[in-house]
Amino acid sequence: MKMTARFLARLSRHPNDNRVHWLAWALLGLLLAALPWLVASGFGNTWLRILNFALLYVMLALGLNIVVGFAGLLDMGYIAFYAVGAYLWALLASPQFGLHWPLWAILPLGAGLAGLFGVLLGAPTLKLRGDYLAIVTLGFGEIIRIFLNNLNAPVNITNGPQGISAIDPVHIGSLSLARPIDLGFVQVPSLVSYYYLFLIAALVIIGIALRLERSRVGRAWAAIREDEVAAKACGINTRNVKLLAFAMGATFGGVAGGLFAGFQQFVSPESFGLLESVMVLCMVVLGGMGHIPGVIFGALLLTVLPEFFRHIAGPVQQSLFGTVLIDPENLRMLLFGLSLVLVMRYRPSGLWPSPQRRREIEDVQRADAPADVPVSPM
Amino acid sequence: MDIFLQQIINGLVLGSIYALVALGYTMVYGILGLINFAHGEVVMIGALVSYSVMMVLVPSGLPPVLLALISVLVAAPVCMALAWAIERYAYRPLRHAPKLTPLISAIGVSILLQNMAMMIWGRGYHAFPDILPAIHFDIGGAQITLLQTVTIGLAALTMGILAWMIQRTSLGQAMRATAESPAIAELMGIPVNRIITLTFVIGAALAALAGLMVGANYSVAHYYMGFMLGLKAFTAAVLGGIGNITGAMLGGLLLGLIESLGAGYIEDLTGGFLGSNYQDIFAFLVLIGVLVFRPGGLMGERVSERA
Repeated sequence: MKMTARFLARLSRHPNDNRVHWLAWALLGLLLAALPWLVASGFGNTWLRILNFALLYVMLALGLNIVVGFAGLLDMGYIAFYAVGAYLWALLASPQFGLHWPLWAILPLGAGLAGLFGVLLGAPTLKLRGDYLAIVTLGFGEIIRIFLNNLNAPVNITNGPQGISAIDPVHIGSLSLARPIDLGFVQVPSLVSYYYLFLIAALVIIGIALRLERSRVGRAWAAIREDEVAAKACGINTRNVKLLAFAMGATFGGVAGGLFAGFQQFVSPESFGLLESVMVLCMVVLGGMGHIPGVIFGALLLTVLPEFFRHIAGPVQQSLFGTVLIDPENLRMLLFGLSLVLVMRYRPSGLWPSPQRRREIEDVQRADAPADVPVSPM
Repeated sequence: MDIFLQQIINGLVLGSIYALVALGYTMVYGILGLINFAHGEVVMIGALVSYSVMMVLVPSGLPPVLLALISVLVAAPVCMALAWAIERYAYRPLRHAPKLTPLISAIGVSILLQNMAMMIWGRGYHAFPDILPAIHFDIGGAQITLLQTVTIGLAALTMGILAWMIQRTSLGQAMRATAESPAIAELMGIPVNRIITLTFVIGAALAALAGLMVGANYSVAHYYMGFMLGLKAFTAAVLGGIGNITGAMLGGLLLGLIESLGAGYIEDLTGGFLGSNYQDIFAFLVLIGVLVFRPGGLMGERVSERA
């Protein structure tokens, strides 16, 4: 990945740089368009499903990156917004209340409601920073989950732990993505049409994130992240800018949640536990906080690698020891935990950090404090 | 039967356990300014190790009280060794790293320990054998069992010893000096790194005791028990004023009372809309409330921003 980027950068200094650029982008576009077909024919539908989930996680990770990476606000309850989007879709498009709203009504509504929740979470926590903020947001996420889990009595709203099933699939007019779509010359399977939908959504979110980073607001976020007091002194309205970060990040989460509900056609509180929040946070941190390509890479890596591992851990043990010694699921999480510790130790700025941030972090570590004397917290 | 008094008693038992765990959080935070996210998992390991020791020893026919004692004597060193390893390998290398890194590292340790526990003890809930005879005393219409009495008493005794140690011994003095300023303590000849390790280890010993108490009182020794317990104990530490030893004890008891009274009365308060299955919400509401309105907690000094 890095090599390619460098290679492209060198090429783009060439007189014909425009042509090379276009060629690279066109190739990437072709690859993305052909990917579901290649995956489906090469690895089967299970992997196509995983690919679709990877795209959902890319959206989530980019949303959380706005809060954590750009604004430096450590949010550990991010999955709550995903849950809000998913449950809104589930309630407005399923037999639960007998409502069957169309996509263009639910998705913006879900995004808006999630954004509102973002502000609700942000408003009381404006004063907090760092670890404290992490714990409070974690609590917020758990509160949402507890409510979803228990709002089945005395009035049945969320159907409690059983969750809501038989949710309407994503459909545009009479065109439902749950059935193969016949284009005359080719049959597009359901999973592939979902892939294209998610890809478009992910690309839009990537585009927004890229523009945001270089906008006035993005600069303000960076300023807050680096030094809130100085930012305030320079005339940045820190309150509004922080709330905007929470709302923006939450909105992305809400959109991803809605798409998830339409794709799975089933939601339950199970899917919105703390581990999910931690997973998304790890995608952002391991990828490289505040660095959009890094975050995308982190999301893809943490979705695909564990799945790959799940599929191979059993057979490998079988062939090595003649029996499965360790449950693959267990082993997967063990290695995940271990890799978190190791990455934090050896690559604290992530696997693909932005060059600028990396310099800053290395500077912090070179701060001339005597070895092994802890620096008291400021 | 007096419901109110009964809930107070239950709250005190729960609160004693929270207080023991909260001390571990508060001592580490006081010295390092770090939230030891894996502390709840240490409690979990303590509970499961003592469960295993008891199960191995039950056929020997020893009196149950002795079983409990032996199990704690095994579980505490195991937890201490674990805490030492966590501090040494997951936190110490990150001491000068940006503030997010220790947190992620701690989450990694938590996931690691939970899955190890799942591999060793499986996914089930483990019920402890009865440690004490099922005697109960009547107090003004409410009942308190012998086990509950011993739990409260033992927790109080342990915390008393800890308080004495921190206030009156040279080790305690060294700990307080390190909390005040590590760099200066180092210059005064205090082995700061050793003190930090000791702080983790002492917290782990308390955690092992708390784990046994949770298992004996609630029969919920389970690979996932540490997460919620840890969060609540952390809430207790924040409520009392993080970094403050007395505060942690007070916050633990207070949170236990809030939780059991809340769970007992929530249905009356909300007209039956919310039931006692919302018990876990109180801790989070308390946490958010304290951090928003009085970040220093009850006993701590006013700190509005700890990065």
